[in-house]
Amino acid sequence: MPKPQKKVSKNVTSRGKENESTPAEEKKAPTSPKDPHPPPTQLTKPHGTSSPHVTTKRRQNSSKFNISKNRELEKLPLLKDAPANEREDLFIQKLRQCCVMFDFVSDPLSDLKWKEVKRAALNELIEHISNSRGVLTEPIYPESVNMFSMNLFRTLPPASNPTGAEYDPEEDEPTLEAAWPHLQLVYEFFLRFLESPDFQPNIAKRYIDQKFVLQLLDLFDSEDPRERDFLKTILHRIYGKFLGLRAYIRKQINNTFYRFVFETEHHNGIAELLEILGSIINGFALPLKEEHKMFLLKVLLPLHKVKSLSVYHPQLAYCVVQFLEKEPALTEPVIMGLLKFWPKTHSPKEVMFLNELEEILDVIEPAEFQKVMVPLFKQLAKCVSSPHFQVAERALYYWNNEYIMSLVSDNAKAVLPIMFPALYKNSKSHWNKTIHGLIYNALKLFMEMNQKLFDECSQKYKGERMRTLDRIREREGVWDRVEQVARKNPKVRACGHELAQPMCLQCTAVDPLLEVGNPYHGSSPAELVTLDGEQVSLPELDGKAHEVTPAGERKKPLLRRKSELPHDMSTLTAIERHKRADEFLATSKENS
Amino acid sequence: MCPRSSTSARPFQAPLESLATVEETVVRDKAVESLRQLAEQHSNRDLETYFVPLVKRLSAGDWFTTRTSACGLFAVCYPRVSNAVRAELRQHFRNLCGDDTPMVRRAAASKLGEFAKAVEHEHLKQDLVPLFHSLANDEQDSVRLLAVEACVSIANVLQNDEKQRLVLPTLKQASEDKSWRVRYMVADKFSELQAALGPELSSRELVPAFCSLLKDAEAEVRAAAAAKVKDFCSQLPADTRQQMILTQVLPQVKELAADPNQHVKSALAGVVMGLAPLLGRDATMEHLLPLFLTQLKDECPEVRLNVISNLDAVNEVIGVKNVSKNLLPAIVELAEDSKWRIRLAIIEYMPSLAAQVGVEFFDEKLSALCMGWLTDHVYAIREAATNNLKALVEKFGAEWAQQTVIPRVLQLARDQNYLHRMTCLFCVNIMAPVCGRELTTKLLLPTVSSLVSDPVANVRFNVAKTLQKIGTVFDQKVVEAQVQPVLERLLQDPDNDVKFFASEALEGLRLQ
Repeated sequence: MPKPQKKVSKNVTSRGKENESTPAEEKKAPTSPKDPHPPPTQLTKPHGTSSPHVTTKRRQNSSKFNISKNRELEKLPLLKDAPANEREDLFIQKLRQCCVMFDFVSDPLSDLKWKEVKRAALNELIEHISNSRGVLTEPIYPESVNMFSMNLFRTLPPASNPTGAEYDPEEDEPTLEAAWPHLQLVYEFFLRFLESPDFQPNIAKRYIDQKFVLQLLDLFDSEDPRERDFLKTILHRIYGKFLGLRAYIRKQINNTFYRFVFETEHHNGIAELLEILGSIINGFALPLKEEHKMFLLKVLLPLHKVKSLSVYHPQLAYCVVQFLEKEPALTEPVIMGLLKFWPKTHSPKEVMFLNELEEILDVIEPAEFQKVMVPLFKQLAKCVSSPHFQVAERALYYWNNEYIMSLVSDNAKAVLPIMFPALYKNSKSHWNKTIHGLIYNALKLFMEMNQKLFDECSQKYKGERMRTLDRIREREGVWDRVEQVARKNPKVRACGHELAQPMCLQCTAVDPLLEVGNPYHGSSPAELVTLDGEQVSLPELDGKAHEVTPAGERKKPLLRRKSELPHDMSTLTAIERHKRADEFLATSKENS
Repeated sequence: MCPRSSTSARPFQAPLESLATVEETVVRDKAVESLRQLAEQHSNRDLETYFVPLVKRLSAGDWFTTRTSACGLFAVCYPRVSNAVRAELRQHFRNLCGDDTPMVRRAAASKLGEFAKAVEHEHLKQDLVPLFHSLANDEQDSVRLLAVEACVSIANVLQNDEKQRLVLPTLKQASEDKSWRVRYMVADKFSELQAALGPELSSRELVPAFCSLLKDAEAEVRAAAAAKVKDFCSQLPADTRQQMILTQVLPQVKELAADPNQHVKSALAGVVMGLAPLLGRDATMEHLLPLFLTQLKDECPEVRLNVISNLDAVNEVIGVKNVSKNLLPAIVELAEDSKWRIRLAIIEYMPSLAAQVGVEFFDEKLSALCMGWLTDHVYAIREAATNNLKALVEKFGAEWAQQTVIPRVLQLARDQNYLHRMTCLFCVNIMAPVCGRELTTKLLLPTVSSLVSDPVANVRFNVAKTLQKIGTVFDQKVVEAQVQPVLERLLQDPDNDVKFFASEALEGLRLQ
């Protein structure tokens, strides 16, 4: 239900996004709020082109598979050569052969011959299941599920990071699964199995049960992005086909999130799980069930507070916006929740919050806007005053968003008085020149919006400043007198140098009254005086606003990696070679 | 602890109850901590009237955060309430152990041990042991591993035959769990488990379990188990100990010494020397010494360092002479390691090593190293080397200092590098009190004074600082004749810092 006045200023919202992904993936990741698909999780991390690629010692994950004792595999005849009545038997025999586990870690060159037998068998099974009809007979189901379980359900190894002390999901290259040559084929087979037109969930549900799903979910913590990508598609299919498992899957995903948010803050598969949930939320029936609303408020919102938010933020923001598009009445609790979790010191995270907030504001109903605007713009006033210029810059980009500005314009009486002091003060005092230009832009917009109100705010602000100055002077006078009295004390020499400098300077610098809208740094009285002497006029603002280049055209990453670590080329190429089963996850419709 | 006064405790209950339900884990934990203290303040009657209902409310809460908080409150009120209420509490705890959310089961599992200590023996066996079994078989490994912790407390309060029947099978199963996290927990808690089971049961039943952890497939588990080798062996019953170590533990230990993972090797190196006193002289010579010599040549510096730092145990049993031949190359190599933290660690060990090898061996082999560190390019090493000299002088005496150390130190005063000249001053600072008045006046003071005209200001103001520190060693005459003129000269220095420290020194020595 598109609203007529809702115009998303593309150049702003999309720019933030593009920079989160590598250029090659830009086209694949359109994430405007109206997008019907959740944003796919990136396989590789964003990285600068300049960073050196180094070939370090090849690192591979050492999942401890239960290596089979007898690994001597005999090459069986091809399925297509077998007579029709023996094919099912041969199919089962091959599935059983594929349950034999090999060692890829301690000795990659061991059992090469038999490894090849298994690889060929898996390839043949994949082809068989995708190209022939009517091969999924009842006995095949338990054998297939068992083969998948034997190969994949394992305890993941401890997280490893050879370059640093602790594995950092935002920074470090993942360690890849050594057994991937076989695992990939097993995943591939299972996916084809689930997707086969002959596949009957009614038979399969005896084997694909809650225990199976739980073990599948455990694997999402794998460090290998290729494995998580397969898992994501498989779980998505299972969710789509097995209606009886849906509530259970949602519940277990919630438990994973709770543990991640409240206990460990470590899990590799959050982005993938959120991507699946994004496709699930898309299909929620209206009105939303209470369970789903709780999920939004008790799970999705707390996910914002975790340190490694950047790893899964696009997927999380997508889920949140999906909810709000379905049920606008949830906007108030969501925005209040975001304000509650608003980062205090982590600037890159603050930029992500601002990105998400703008996406939410893009779909907000005017009535909902009025409910949250006061606390919301108090926070924005703080962001605009942030000494971190990327935060201030991101907040000021809101002034390029026509829909947000139309909402502000309709509620100017409430918003202007909150924003004015922060904008006015930083128009001169912010250290970064780009910010000055953006602030002048914003002030000009306000002035055009309502000249009378603008002048009132300006007057009121000046009056407030004069009073502040008076108070400062008065206070200085009092301290002066204290000092005079102190100097008369005969013991004054004993505490020598403390009285050497005038005391009053030390006190005024921390005057809380001076920090109107700016929690980060106060300004000196001298600065206040110079600003006060000026008159703000429209032509002058015009001039200043043109001094800076139009904000929309500048290319600057709004989100960057903490540092540029050298990349392991072999890991990168291995991941890049991975082919996704789905570019996007399709919506799973809720049948209720 | 103040006397129990329920009236003053009650007003806090409501706010703490609501804090115990919030999302933020740290807040909840603190609220539970306070509630536990509050329970102590209640009289027995008030505990039943006001506090137990709170525990019940929390454990029946809608949101999992509430129920997790409840888990921590059972043990504090259980012993002080009537039998009927106790039964209710046990029922509530049982529900929490079977909760739908793993978070709650984890909380319950982590408090199970504490609750087990509070519950009567009969109910422990009837009610809690089955709960323990079900948690130890939970589908989530994060729950199972917490049950291992509870295992210690439960075993502690059971009789011997009950331990064997009720705890041991579960423990054995945990040590073979398919999740390495659970096995790691068993390895990590092994000493406690062994103590809780008692010497007889553990020597009979736990040795195979321990050995299998030592050869676990996951390095993390092996490292945890390796770190327990000494504790485990020393808790074995004395009569069969040596035999068991030699036949069962030692073969695994030998393999671990050549483990591909360096954390495993260094964990082992940190404790394996502790086996020497348990094995006695002959067995140590035969079995441990070769192991020890291989470890001294290990490619990983942490392993070598751990061996050397635990040398005293071996020294007591077979004497250091037996190893000194192999010791020296290892020490020399560590002393020149490219990582300064390794060099630092070996320096810090030097004084006790010196005490073990004796002054002759030291002079011959190690003193050159100690002097070399004084001119290391890392400040922390030079600083440690200075402190090391002090410890050595304390050990070997002023006579020895005069012959070996002082000439070398004073030589530094003429070094090209001003940092080394400063090191010389730092050494004087720290050695003067140990060397005594005569030596300091005769040897050290002239050198310090000679640096008064150093071209680098940092050296000059360090002369002032040094004089202030060592000034107290001299008698008044020397101070007036030799120290004061130097300081007064520094007071005229063109550099402000030098002037400042000179005046500080004069003031400190009350010469101004």
